[in-house]
Amino acid sequence: MARAVTTRRKILTTAVAWTIGLLIFFPIYWTILTSFKSEAQAINDPPLFFFFDWTLENYSVVQDRSDYMRFLWNSVILAGGSTIIGVLVGVPAAWSMAFVPSKRTKDILLWMLSTKMLPAVGVLYPISLLFVQFGLLDTRIGLIMVLMLINLPIIVWMLYTYFKEIPVDILEAARMDGASLRQEILFVLTPMAVPGIASTMLLNFILAWNEAFWTLNLTAANAGPLTAFIASYSSPEGLFFAKLSAASTMAIAPILILGWFSQKQLVRGLTFGAVK
Amino acid sequence: MATQHSRSAARLMMAPAVILLLGWMLVPLTMTLFFSFKKYLPMRGDSLERGLDWVGFANYTRFIGSSSFWPSVQSTLIIVGGVLVITVILGVLLAILLDQPFWGQGVVRILVIAPFFVMPTVSALVWKNMFMDPVNGILAHLWRFFGAEPVSWLSDASVQSIILIVSWQWLPFATLILLTAIQSLDSEQLEAAEMDGANPLARFFFIVLPHLSRAITIVILIQTIFLLSIFAEIFVTTGGSFGTRTLTYLIFQRVVDSQNIGLGSAGGVYAIILANIIAIFLMRIVGKNLDA
Repeated sequence: MARAVTTRRKILTTAVAWTIGLLIFFPIYWTILTSFKSEAQAINDPPLFFFFDWTLENYSVVQDRSDYMRFLWNSVILAGGSTIIGVLVGVPAAWSMAFVPSKRTKDILLWMLSTKMLPAVGVLYPISLLFVQFGLLDTRIGLIMVLMLINLPIIVWMLYTYFKEIPVDILEAARMDGASLRQEILFVLTPMAVPGIASTMLLNFILAWNEAFWTLNLTAANAGPLTAFIASYSSPEGLFFAKLSAASTMAIAPILILGWFSQKQLVRGLTFGAVK
Repeated sequence: MATQHSRSAARLMMAPAVILLLGWMLVPLTMTLFFSFKKYLPMRGDSLERGLDWVGFANYTRFIGSSSFWPSVQSTLIIVGGVLVITVILGVLLAILLDQPFWGQGVVRILVIAPFFVMPTVSALVWKNMFMDPVNGILAHLWRFFGAEPVSWLSDASVQSIILIVSWQWLPFATLILLTAIQSLDSEQLEAAEMDGANPLARFFFIVLPHLSRAITIVILIQTIFLLSIFAEIFVTTGGSFGTRTLTYLIFQRVVDSQNIGLGSAGGVYAIILANIIAIFLMRIVGKNLDA
């Protein structure tokens, strides 16, 4: 039985919820809006909320001055590469833990989780040193590996919780019908696992895209992704609000759109399956 | 049911992930432990090739004894605690609000969640410049509009400003998880309480809040782990000055700015121990869930 709600109460709730929602969203809205202003309009007092001369100039300036596209490309490669490798390593592990569990499975899962909690700053110097030794500093491959490793626990955990939901009976039935392990994985398991794998990849891509400790500390001009690109705006020269906004908008737009598709997976992924 | 064959296959499939994570954990951890017992100042001629002097626990005592240690612990506690209080309280209220029927639920939910997807460097810089700039920021405009003197947020109210920025980033996470938990609440229980004459406040404290307690614990533990290591938000705003030097940032400065690897490593070991204490609690909860 659904609870009866009076129209008056619904109108009130709507008003309050929208006000709060818009207030929380305002900084993002303001950033996007400012990116279409001239620098003078960007700092106008009173602030201009809609009526100003819309311009795309900032976007071309940002690209010309700092080669935005290269940073964007680095972000795509780093987030994409670490996600793909992470899933390639994580799927077999999660599969075996979900379908051939042993006494130690739980301990291994919890241990993996514990590696995620290692504070990055505690191992900053060793990792930098190893990067220098192996010539990985400011390379994409080095950072792909680091991003993959810091997110691997989340990948394994998420996949594990998804795989756990696949009914084992179906696998047994396939086995009865004479399916080999390979066939079992390929024709029975994969179709059922694809949605879970896709959600895992989506969330992991977002996390890798936004990672801002290793990407700031292990990159320079070469492999720097958008997080580093934006950080270079922290010591500004002259008027720059509109340009900062344009750069920011370009850095967050793709992930905002992806993020909206991943709300549910976010809960599962970041609570390690403890809240679904 | 699992055969010997499938067991060894399973072990093989698990191997890459386990080996990679084991290496990722053990190698740097061992190095940090090693350096923490050494005098290692690369700028003053110490180098790995020539060997480092063993100094015992000197780095550990010096790290704690330094005048910046306790202030950094204090900043850490205030920032982490402040963000936790704000995000959990507002998160519970927002989750209850978003659970009510109203028009445009989907859109509002998207608006509320959005900040979580903004990369830390962007949110920190947008807040720092476009909102908290004492001359041109939105807040300065607002203050002047009401005839007040604009505040230099990041120098005069630096800790509060960092708390505000980080809370804005993490409120969506708390809200989303608490909303998910609230939606699993049995509505019949609420209705029964309503019929028995329990007022909204009583229903909140005796039904909703107990139901949320597990989710709240999880939110607190997970956020604590992430908040203890916030970095970009401080890096691009105050750079650790004006009382915003957290433990993480202090270690970062010891390693990167003053190039005192031994001292920084000792600090790193402290940070690792601290994180592990919290991790134990989180793992207990998550582990319980695994049996179910």
